[in-house]
Amino acid sequence: MVHIKRLQEDGIDILSIVGEIDASSSIELDLAIAKSVGEGFKKILVDCSALEYISSAGLGVFMSYIEELRDKKISLVLYGLKERVFNTFSILGLADLLNIRSNRQEAKTLVNELSV
Amino acid sequence: MANLLIGHVFVKMFKTKALIRLTSLVAIIAWVILVFSDVTVIYSDLKSLPPDIPTWLPRLMLDIFIVSLFYHYKFRIERDESLNFTDLLWKVFATGLIATVVSLAVRLVLFLLGNTTLASNILFMDIVYQITLALFINFLLAAFTSWKRLILYQKSKWLIRAWLVFELLLLSILVYDSIHIVISETITTLAIVIIGLLGLVLSANMRWVAYLNFKQKWTSLLLLLLSIFYLFYFLYSVTMWSDQISQQSKIFLDFQSHVFNIALLAFVLTYMTFSFLVILFNLPTSSVFEQKLEEVVNFQRISQSIQTEQNEESVYNILLESSVSSVFADAAWLEIKGRENEQRLFTHQITEKETKDIHAHLEKNKVKGALEQNSDKTKNLSKHLGSLKSTRFRSLLAFPIKVKEETIGTLALLKELPDGFNKEMTRIVSAFANQAGISIENFRLMEEAFQNARYKEELKIAKTVQKSLLPAKLEQDADFEISAFSASADEVGGDYYDTLRISDHEIALIIADVSGKGTTAAFHMSQMKGIFHSLAQQGPSPKDFMAKANKALVYCLERGSFISATYFVINTKTKKIHYSRAGHCPVLYYTTSTHQAAYLKDRGTALGMVRNNDYCNFVEDNEFPYATGDVMILYTDGITEAKNNKNEEFGNDRLAQALQQNATKSSKEIEESVIEKLYEFSGSEDINDDYTSMTVKFR
Repeated sequence: MVHIKRLQEDGIDILSIVGEIDASSSIELDLAIAKSVGEGFKKILVDCSALEYISSAGLGVFMSYIEELRDKKISLVLYGLKERVFNTFSILGLADLLNIRSNRQEAKTLVNELSV
Repeated sequence: MANLLIGHVFVKMFKTKALIRLTSLVAIIAWVILVFSDVTVIYSDLKSLPPDIPTWLPRLMLDIFIVSLFYHYKFRIERDESLNFTDLLWKVFATGLIATVVSLAVRLVLFLLGNTTLASNILFMDIVYQITLALFINFLLAAFTSWKRLILYQKSKWLIRAWLVFELLLLSILVYDSIHIVISETITTLAIVIIGLLGLVLSANMRWVAYLNFKQKWTSLLLLLLSIFYLFYFLYSVTMWSDQISQQSKIFLDFQSHVFNIALLAFVLTYMTFSFLVILFNLPTSSVFEQKLEEVVNFQRISQSIQTEQNEESVYNILLESSVSSVFADAAWLEIKGRENEQRLFTHQITEKETKDIHAHLEKNKVKGALEQNSDKTKNLSKHLGSLKSTRFRSLLAFPIKVKEETIGTLALLKELPDGFNKEMTRIVSAFANQAGISIENFRLMEEAFQNARYKEELKIAKTVQKSLLPAKLEQDADFEISAFSASADEVGGDYYDTLRISDHEIALIIADVSGKGTTAAFHMSQMKGIFHSLAQQGPSPKDFMAKANKALVYCLERGSFISATYFVINTKTKKIHYSRAGHCPVLYYTTSTHQAAYLKDRGTALGMVRNNDYCNFVEDNEFPYATGDVMILYTDGITEAKNNKNEEFGNDRLAQALQQNATKSSKEIEESVIEKLYEFSGSEDINDDYTSMTVKFR
């Protein structure tokens, strides 16, 4: 089960993921990102500090947005990943493709830099 | 058990047959005694001698004759379930016919004898009289038994009791007749009045008539008419004979003094006449009844159609036909919104153009909701058609067809007559439309169930495909041995491993995990296999292999799907392992010299994640030497992510530990120990992911 909260701060859309993302709950993640993109946000932060587990389907969701975000010049930064979750990202090599920072402040700085 | 039952039925059948024979035998014997005794009595009377036999004997014999005949017909007619209404009437008619023919034959003999002394002999006349009487009683009892079945066709407790009383009363009259003691005039009269009333009340039970169709009614009328004719013929003959005999002797067995016979005759005649009249008056309405029956049958056809018919179309066609035939409509059409919201039109005796014209006309006249799909009321739109000149129809009736409270279509019925539909018809067709809605709903539900079953079947196939994609035999070499293990969960996963010999000193290995499950996973897995077998043969460097595989896969992997893989080339000449990891679980490697099992550190992105030529920047080429005794374990995340009941993962450390403890064993043994540890940890044989591993031991 997963719960995704959205919060806007200084023109940045912050998605906080709480719980686990598996094949079935990955749809919610997909919907949340799609909504954020659809509403025209150019800066998106994903707060993963309460994300306990992510399956390959969940990673697939992030992966599937990489091109669209680049085309629309939207910057997306993940932060606060637990070690286990980060391992999943890094084994699959997604850590190289996505912007990942350890805390919110760094992530905010990066997302602002990227969208300049 | 079944044998016993059949045996029982046989015994019963045999018993019934035996009883029929026995009763007729008794009846014949009784009758013969009756004739002789009666003749003797008359003879003694004529000679004014005291009779040798008691004068009550003929009467007793007559009683026995009647009772045995009564039972004879009870067994023959009442117990025979196969007889229907016309069969019963036919039985009565046939008995009457035979009796009449026999009686006429006797008359012919008499005619041929002419005015001889024998013909005018009273004793001879008595015999002839007795024959005729026996035939008459026979006929009456056959009719009586048949009437009983007809009267008791729709039984009620009350009716059965009334009938029982009636039969008992008749029996008491019979006994009363034979003892020939006048108890009291009033009692006798009272008994006769009660019997008469009861007989009349019972005769009012004519429900069976309603179940006859038009043709059966005509047949019944004819049979009844002829039976009535026989009855009167016998009445006439018997009366004639008895009158002739009574002129000469007074103590012969006169049927007219036999109250039972009179009562029986009266009842049989009454019911016959009643039936005849009731059927006659029911003739004009029988078509209505048949119509109702047809409606019921049509109704059943609609509700059964889901079981027998192959598609929704049949339900629609049956609905159309049934409605048209039930209300005598001249034409009809059915508009249906299909499952994909497509409009479909079924017509009966009307062209599509005509329906469109009527549609257009109704729209032009702003008839609201008439044929709209969302109209939820049955509408009689006849008045609006009056102004449409181009159509031959003057009456229109529209019904909505609903599935799960949603209107999915409209049934329109047309007639050339103005005001052609009455309330009854509206009700019937509305019921049809409702039933059709239910049928369609059921049909759709069933279709869904089929779809689910098909999906399950598909999964099964996918699983077989997945299994068959894994190699049956692994490449072996003097330098190393390989064993592999794969167990899959109920859902089809996409774990894949394979080996291929590139040259005499180069062997390619691959392990891969396709994201997602089910048929698509199996499908992508087969693509991976194809890519492996075609690319590896050309002996590219592992990084090159990944870059090419990625390029090929980008075209067939949908967005969000990817494949993690690790590709190895073992070179037995240089004793080196050359590999590239693309997002797959890190390789677990045991080095003999240090006695340590560790995960290889490298980086690499899964196949399908980067969809352009940049991908080569995301994978690496790695190379390291191997030595005798080294062990390499390739696995999928199902193993490291396997959970125990405390929701802990098996994890990398436990896997490494398992290898380190068993590293000196053969590859097969190492693998078995690792799997054993894994099952021990998870504490169950039920796995929720695929477990796949490939163990390589160098020697």
